[in-house]
Amino acid sequence: MLTTKKIYKGGEYLVAEVARDDVFTPEDFSEEQMQLAETTEQFVAGEVLPNVEKLENHDFALMVRLLRRAGELGLLMIDAPEEYGGLELSKATSMLAAEKISPYGGFAVAFSAHTGIGTLPLVFYGTKAQKEKYLGKLITGEWIAAYCLTEPNSGSDALGAKATAALSPDGKYYLLNGTKQFITNGSFADLYTVFAKIDGKHFTAFLVERTFEGVAPGAEEKKMGIKGSSTTPLILEDAKVPVENVLGEIGKGHKIAFNALNVGRLKLGANVTGAAKGAFAEGVKYANLRKQFGVPIGTFGAIKEKIADMAAALFASESLVYRLAGMIDDRLATIDKGTPDYYEAYQQGIEEYAIECAIAKVFCSDVLARVVDEVVQIHGGYGFIQEYPAERCYRDERINRIFEGTNEINRILVPGILLKRALKGEIPLQREAMKAIEAMMTPSFDEADGSVPFAAEKALLSNLKSAFLVVAGAAARKYMDRIKDEQEILLALADAAINIFAVESTVLRAEKILGGASEGRKSALAAAVKVFAFHAAEEVSKAAKKAAFYAEEGDNLTMLLGGIRRFTKYDASGLLQAKRTLAEIALEAERYIF
Amino acid sequence: MKILVTLKPVPNPDEKVKVREDGKGIVRENIKTVVNPFCEIAVEEGLRIREAHGGEVVVLTVGPRESDQQLRTALAMGADRGILVEAAGDLDSLAVAKVIAKVAAEEKPDLVLNGKQAVDDDNNQVGQILAALLSWPQATFVSKLEPDMGCRKAKATREVDGGLETIEVPLPAVITADLRLNEPRYASLPGIMKAKKKEVKLVPVASLGVDTKPKVRVLSLTPPRQRSGGRKVADVAELVSLLSNEAKIL
Repeated sequence: MLTTKKIYKGGEYLVAEVARDDVFTPEDFSEEQMQLAETTEQFVAGEVLPNVEKLENHDFALMVRLLRRAGELGLLMIDAPEEYGGLELSKATSMLAAEKISPYGGFAVAFSAHTGIGTLPLVFYGTKAQKEKYLGKLITGEWIAAYCLTEPNSGSDALGAKATAALSPDGKYYLLNGTKQFITNGSFADLYTVFAKIDGKHFTAFLVERTFEGVAPGAEEKKMGIKGSSTTPLILEDAKVPVENVLGEIGKGHKIAFNALNVGRLKLGANVTGAAKGAFAEGVKYANLRKQFGVPIGTFGAIKEKIADMAAALFASESLVYRLAGMIDDRLATIDKGTPDYYEAYQQGIEEYAIECAIAKVFCSDVLARVVDEVVQIHGGYGFIQEYPAERCYRDERINRIFEGTNEINRILVPGILLKRALKGEIPLQREAMKAIEAMMTPSFDEADGSVPFAAEKALLSNLKSAFLVVAGAAARKYMDRIKDEQEILLALADAAINIFAVESTVLRAEKILGGASEGRKSALAAAVKVFAFHAAEEVSKAAKKAAFYAEEGDNLTMLLGGIRRFTKYDASGLLQAKRTLAEIALEAERYIF
Repeated sequence: MKILVTLKPVPNPDEKVKVREDGKGIVRENIKTVVNPFCEIAVEEGLRIREAHGGEVVVLTVGPRESDQQLRTALAMGADRGILVEAAGDLDSLAVAKVIAKVAAEEKPDLVLNGKQAVDDDNNQVGQILAALLSWPQATFVSKLEPDMGCRKAKATREVDGGLETIEVPLPAVITADLRLNEPRYASLPGIMKAKKKEVKLVPVASLGVDTKPKVRVLSLTPPRQRSGGRKVADVAELVSLLSNEAKIL
């Protein structure tokens, strides 16, 4: 497809103005993509959801059958290359499937672990022989895959792994020793991607078959949620792994480990967006059904406000995830498929958006957390009872803020990578920060042009970026490269950057699709944008102030706070009406409305 | 064996529908259009017959250009090619049957498979009218179908009031599919990708030379009355008393 879209660098959104036509939105999906979404939905509704109770009780044989069934439908081959029988579809397509697979957390996690971190390292780094041997089995579901990075004593500090590998005296095998922890699909996987240090030094990935001598999954963990998925340790005792099963280069395991996580984070963003939509529908349906004081509770402002806030946050979550998928697709489309180092370039293409992938993971999982919490609250006492799905949604949600890198690790990555790239001169952060400081010193009388759609929000967006820049600039100047040790400040900067990306994705999508929308949809869009922009402005304000208080004092602090106040100002007149409008549309439709 | 399967795009039956303000139709905004579930069963049956006996499955729909999407669904399930007879506005059962008859005369299938009825207006007429127009035998509400190409006939089990009836029809014939005929497959992802390359022929309805002027007019639509909640009774005596005194049906 010919595209004139501008390709933005990772993190560039903080210093550039992004045009609406450069963002991908769910409205851009093709007919085939919608069909694929439908097949996924039908499969989940028809074959997964009727089996939730059995799966929750650890019927893993059934889980494996369902994964194979997903394989028959082609759902496991979306990301695999055509030459090995895959479909090699876009990231946006892959995210759409991840979103639609989500209604039952236990299955979604098993599916994502298999197709994502389980299969992708082989796709990206496997040799021809390795792919020929394993990939065909994985994309049909004949074999199930798992990814083994975490250990009992190394989680976030993944490179601190203790598992070792030593070459056998005859040079034909590596002998692996150690324990891998919290392995999704652990009890029934056929192929494990295991990370271990050769001679205790060189961090390396291995393709380990379950039937290799010395390989044994441990006991099933008893979990808070996603109970239908299998989580076990993997115990390696002189596990005999043939030398040809080293994945990628010796000593380069960290590249594999972290690159798989970038896609994993984006996919998690899509997945939790789907889960949040599902939980939201449960909440809205219940609000219509449950009567108190003689009327459905959905008629009360207290419930309407919750519904409106959730609907707006969901719109932001969805807009963000698909915008990012589109950014990655556009970038990957520039790589010539014939080039010998295709996957090397491909990896770099994804790594370019490591900041945004971390943002998607954090923002979307936080939205899901808020949504399931409010959905339980709307259910009142019944939300606490297992009879309604709300209770399971609430438990299943929690893990999303922990795995694929905790939300703290991911938040710290956001300003961390940004500042690193700024130092390398890849992003003009200093220059733009100076401009923002100048703007802060100059009084402004600019009035947003009310006749342009979303003019106020676009002005806000540009101001929020200035707020981020002045604070990030101040912190960077004060701490220089020691800032990496100031985690509280980094977390606050991340919160600002994350909300800016989210509100930008929201406004650009609304702006892009407004023209073709019906009157009813237009008012829904305007309402969602207003509700979310108000929320995001408040969040950025809070985060920026926090960072300012942490990093500065005296006159500098006063000046910064003045700037933040000015740059986070947003006139949300009509906010109440916007919330009511949004809630009423959702209550009428009894589902997510965009 | 050549099988012509017809399919009707209908509003998604799982969504809440609202009657339009003029009372002549329903609000279609924000409601997804899907293949009528009975037509999906007909497509599946066509595919199974082809898989067992060889041949070709041609899917046909009558409607606006967007109906192409429902044809694509059938093609993704495995149908070989599609025909879209482009027509604006709602056609009544007679008009649709006339269009299908025209296409059937040209395609000369051994079998026409329809859904027994469409879940939007539940008319349950097209198959029957079509068989009459073509002067072909018909078997409606079919829950089991066994074609025998050698003898050019098919055995069809029909769901009738109070049981099953098995009949034999010579081919070509019109068959309408009931719910229990089969469970349709999902369109697989490779199927969806392959469907992109399959042919869909566009035929303007005017080019067929059939009179599609509606003989049936919708005067008004009303949503079903809201059901009031049930009530529990303590014993049979109370039930009888309520039935005779309150409901006055005893």
